[in-house]
Amino acid sequence: MTVPLPVFVVLPLATAFMLPLFGKKGKSAATLLANLVTIGLVVMAVSTIGQWRTYEVGRWSIPLGINLVLDGLSCLLILAISVVSAAAMLFSTRYMEQYTAKSKYLCLFMLMVTGMNGVVLSGDIFNLFVFLEIASIASYALVGFGCEHEELEASFKYMVLGSIASMFILFGVALVYGNTGTLNMAYISRTISTNGMNMGLTFALGLFIAGFGLKAALVPFHAWLPDAHPSAPAPISAMLSGVLIKALGVYALTRVLFNIFGVTVTLGWIIITLAILSMVCGALLALGQWDFKRLLAYSSISQVGYVVLGLGLGALIIAKEGNTAVASLAILGGLLHLLNHAVYKSLLFLNSGSVEMATGTRQLREMGGLAEKMPYTRATCAIASASIAGVPPFSGFWSKLIIVIAAIQAEYYWIAAVVVGVSVCTLIMYLKAHRYVFLGELPEKLKDVKENKGSMLLAMSILAVLCVAMGLLVLVEPLRAGVLEPAVKVVMQGLDYSVNIIAQK
Amino acid sequence: MPYALCFLLFVIGLYCAVVKKNMVKIVVGILVMEYAVNLFLIMLGYRWDGIAPIVDREYLTEGNNITNAFLSHAVDPLPQALVLTAIVISLGSLALMISICIRTYEKYGTFDITEIRRLKG
Repeated sequence: MTVPLPVFVVLPLATAFMLPLFGKKGKSAATLLANLVTIGLVVMAVSTIGQWRTYEVGRWSIPLGINLVLDGLSCLLILAISVVSAAAMLFSTRYMEQYTAKSKYLCLFMLMVTGMNGVVLSGDIFNLFVFLEIASIASYALVGFGCEHEELEASFKYMVLGSIASMFILFGVALVYGNTGTLNMAYISRTISTNGMNMGLTFALGLFIAGFGLKAALVPFHAWLPDAHPSAPAPISAMLSGVLIKALGVYALTRVLFNIFGVTVTLGWIIITLAILSMVCGALLALGQWDFKRLLAYSSISQVGYVVLGLGLGALIIAKEGNTAVASLAILGGLLHLLNHAVYKSLLFLNSGSVEMATGTRQLREMGGLAEKMPYTRATCAIASASIAGVPPFSGFWSKLIIVIAAIQAEYYWIAAVVVGVSVCTLIMYLKAHRYVFLGELPEKLKDVKENKGSMLLAMSILAVLCVAMGLLVLVEPLRAGVLEPAVKVVMQGLDYSVNIIAQK
Repeated sequence: MPYALCFLLFVIGLYCAVVKKNMVKIVVGILVMEYAVNLFLIMLGYRWDGIAPIVDREYLTEGNNITNAFLSHAVDPLPQALVLTAIVISLGSLALMISICIRTYEKYGTFDITEIRRLKG
């Protein structure tokens, strides 16, 4: 079955505008429709695994028209987006009953999915900006969805920094257009590789790193994330931490650096520096948090650092013309970690939502002893924590192991040491969270807490099963060749990306 | 030179968005940045003796090819299309920003971000 590429964008977009029409009475019908669409997107995403296609919008051939490109890297991201959004939507079915205006929530959710799918499929840099704005504006509104004091404040902060990032990116796009005369990524890449870089393009590259870095919350640009992610409703936190920062930040940065501008040694070091700063600062700041969701948000910064570190290490080795096997191993580790983090971080945020819904608090000090009251939440949370800390059979272990092996083979022993050290910090912070939420004394006022049943439990169980099963992506040859290796190939081939796409025409 | 002034406008907007304490002024700062970028895009396609990029009969030679006179005078239409899109996007985000400012004012009774500090760490 070949799904036409625009379906990934048009289906959620059309659904988004249909959902508010159901009004108050048709709330359950709207929820059902939204769930069907997200599950349908998962099915379609799975069916595109291993494909390489382009689609010319309106049959206008490039560089005149706009094209959509589905390659290994886009496919990986589409898979992550659709799985996480399906789980988050399933979770929202019950969780969002405590808010009013559920149909508006569903509409914004679908718009966010539209934006992210558009970003990862777009082959045109201005189009990428447009989809990025769709996803960002929907997420600003969703962060402030509760309309309470903290939520409005967080939403405003997020929106100011997000808008500045968007303006950086738009300015970069304008500079690229002024210097190359085209907006199609493949043609930009070809023009740069024949004419070389100049001042304007170097400046544009700087703007892109700052802009996408802000969207990905790498450390000097991270200030908005610890406020925005905890303030959103739990399924939205799962979406934001799980996929939004990756689709808008990491994916776009990877595409621009590797496939459009091409990597250099300086660029590799810049990326590695940002990554290591994020890993270390995120982990250390997370250790001191007493708000469950805030702890998870800081840990997201640290984990995105791992993803970017894998990619940066790959970039450095490619630029130094070192061993390509090591470079592709580092990139494989980074991309696998991206996929893993999407699954377990969204599971952890759903767990925190489940705990918050049952107890009415997010403060670790006010909780305790919930293990008996909420056995399923506890079990899934334990699996996710084990994954994120890198305990052997679970998913996080494999990606961290691959990054460490790549760092050692490339003879950057200190990077390997940092990776292991941050991993220990991660273990400590999740032990702390686990200890205060699920173990210890049960406070008096939480005596009649009940486990959340139904769709919330189902969503958490699905993600927990994925957490355990993700290791198979590395171990089983056909899965690795189908999902991960095409993505690694796209990143590794660098500027040949343009050759392939222009040849396709 | 005009490009440098345009960049200056961008930096003024950035300064305003980052340094000012009043929420409305921050929003204005972001708008100034947006206008600077739009201006930059428009200037990319600008020509002193430009004509509208619409092919008239006088610009066609016999083989229905476009003449060089047209190519060397027509303004690049693409940046204008981009600016239109960018304006629509900034309208959307402006509406959301202003409505969040209003809701925040209702809750806190002030626009001063130094007093709106419940989130920490």
